[in-house]
Amino acid sequence: MAELNAIEIRNVSKIFGFGEFAFAAVDKASVSIRQNEFFTLLGPSGCGKTTLLRLIAGFEFPTSGDIMLNGENIAAMPPFKRPVNTVFQSYALFPHMTVADNIGFGLTMLGRPKQEVRDRVAAMLRLVRMEALAGRRTSQISGGQQQRVALARALAPQPKVLLLDEPLSALDYKLRKDMQIELKRLQAETGITFIFVTHDQEEALTMSDRIAVMSSGKILQVGNPREIYDAPTDRFVADFIGETNFLKGRIKSVADGVADVDTPVAGRISATVPQDFHAEGEVTVVLRPEHAMLCPPDQPAACQMTGTLENVVYFGTDTHYHVRLSDGETLFTLREQNKPLQSARFAEGDRVGIALEANAARVLRN
Amino acid sequence: MARTFSIRRQRGFTTIAMICFFALYLPIAVLVFYSFNAGESLASFEGVSLRWFAKAFENQQVIDASLRSLQIAAVAAVIATIAATMAALATTRTEPYRGLTLKYAFINQPLMIPEIVTAVALLIFFARIKIWTGYSGLGYLIAAHTAFCIPFAYLPIRARLENMDLTLEKAAADLYATPWNAFRYVTLPLLWPGILAGFMLAFVISLDDVVITEFVKSAGQDTLPTYMLGQIRRTITPEMNAISTLFLLLSICVVTVFFVVNRKRV
Repeated sequence: MAELNAIEIRNVSKIFGFGEFAFAAVDKASVSIRQNEFFTLLGPSGCGKTTLLRLIAGFEFPTSGDIMLNGENIAAMPPFKRPVNTVFQSYALFPHMTVADNIGFGLTMLGRPKQEVRDRVAAMLRLVRMEALAGRRTSQISGGQQQRVALARALAPQPKVLLLDEPLSALDYKLRKDMQIELKRLQAETGITFIFVTHDQEEALTMSDRIAVMSSGKILQVGNPREIYDAPTDRFVADFIGETNFLKGRIKSVADGVADVDTPVAGRISATVPQDFHAEGEVTVVLRPEHAMLCPPDQPAACQMTGTLENVVYFGTDTHYHVRLSDGETLFTLREQNKPLQSARFAEGDRVGIALEANAARVLRN
Repeated sequence: MARTFSIRRQRGFTTIAMICFFALYLPIAVLVFYSFNAGESLASFEGVSLRWFAKAFENQQVIDASLRSLQIAAVAAVIATIAATMAALATTRTEPYRGLTLKYAFINQPLMIPEIVTAVALLIFFARIKIWTGYSGLGYLIAAHTAFCIPFAYLPIRARLENMDLTLEKAAADLYATPWNAFRYVTLPLLWPGILAGFMLAFVISLDDVVITEFVKSAGQDTLPTYMLGQIRRTITPEMNAISTLFLLLSICVVTVFFVVNRKRV
């Protein structure tokens, strides 16, 4: 038998308000989160990701659906009975307690012997490298240190699942990068399943084993970072994660999961079709900016598209080009890595061609 | 161009401030000054002496009234603070709903209804109960004081609760604290300064009350303020000043203790 999932969300809805003011913060969401996984709920603010996290923590109860933790339905269980702990966005450290008392709070509430609590607090302080500050008040330590204490406090009772509600959003850029690495290390060392909520797609891509992208209370796509980035199935997912180009087209034929799409601006394009999706008629094709290159417009064999270069933006590692396509409407973005001492091949206002890499285009569900 | 508007730079600011402070403190200063008068007059100072303090301490009526005042204030303030804490929890730890404002109004009723109206109402109401039960002890005064002390205890407690981060209680629940433990180990310690402030305020308000006490008290149940009121109708000696001075000292002590305790906690 396969290993039990750490968390299984089964057709969960959370509706706030009544009657005409009813609003589904989470809308028939289903997802399975595996043991020891770094799982991220990603989406813009208001997409329902935090509500879903609060449903797992027990601060809200689902209107319908089940939440299984290691096979046990916890949907109606109060938060203090659930073996999950939360790292809050605001940290929510107890201001009237020392760092050590904060970390020991969970175990004390569980009625563990004093000596065990002390040992575990010491181990946790070591784990987050805060030994020197055990006796401090939480108001006397910096934001980054508070973050570590919040983590240690949530990890101390050895929860089955650790919930993290945008825990890095209050930190400055450098500290955030450090904490991302720190979080990965803690997850590897403790072997606890992490469910991480963020609106930062870069953070999600770099940290997660798998990502669920949410919008308007629905889970649109679940997959590892590469799948989410390279093979988005929804327009929203493609648009939310990274920069994207959308081309309208009409399906001519489909064979072996690859569609032959006729686009007004780029002619015939081969585009991968998502699994279990019957593609026909008008569709949208998605293309990542780094999967296209500029080419001289006088080589029609190599270039699928032509247009006018409107904008060149230098980014250090790469250069972004914005090309107005021949239909006069579509603005196509592409990105080329910079080579040493390379001078610009094209200038703003030039006519350019665009070559697409093979297997780069994908058909979207909507 | 004034870069920053400072009210202290306005013409006449100092003068107005001084007039206000004089109006507030000069009468009190005079009262305290004459409590040390060696003579019997409130108008001519005849040398420094503590004789009126000694006289006040020898006066059994003053001692009785003082002890009664303290007893009523202590019991009423404790009950009022407990009730106010529960009311504050009930009105802040809930989603706002229709009728919540009305409940605020109900709780704060004693602040809005003229004291004399409450006094007359209680007089009639308690008279009825006295006939039914035959009981005529301090319970009536304590009940009345408790009632009008509740809003004074409620306001600082509610203010403290409203400023408290609700996530802290969620965090406690998340860390396996039952609702009672979350209250005991997180809410209550953080609420404590508010409760203390509420208690002090209720205590001082009870200590100070004249109108309701005057109407509700039975014979021989004078509190210090009603005793003083009774005395002033007769001859006024600096003994009244001495008692007032002591009363003032007690108030200052209570407030100072509160500030000291509060500062340590934050």
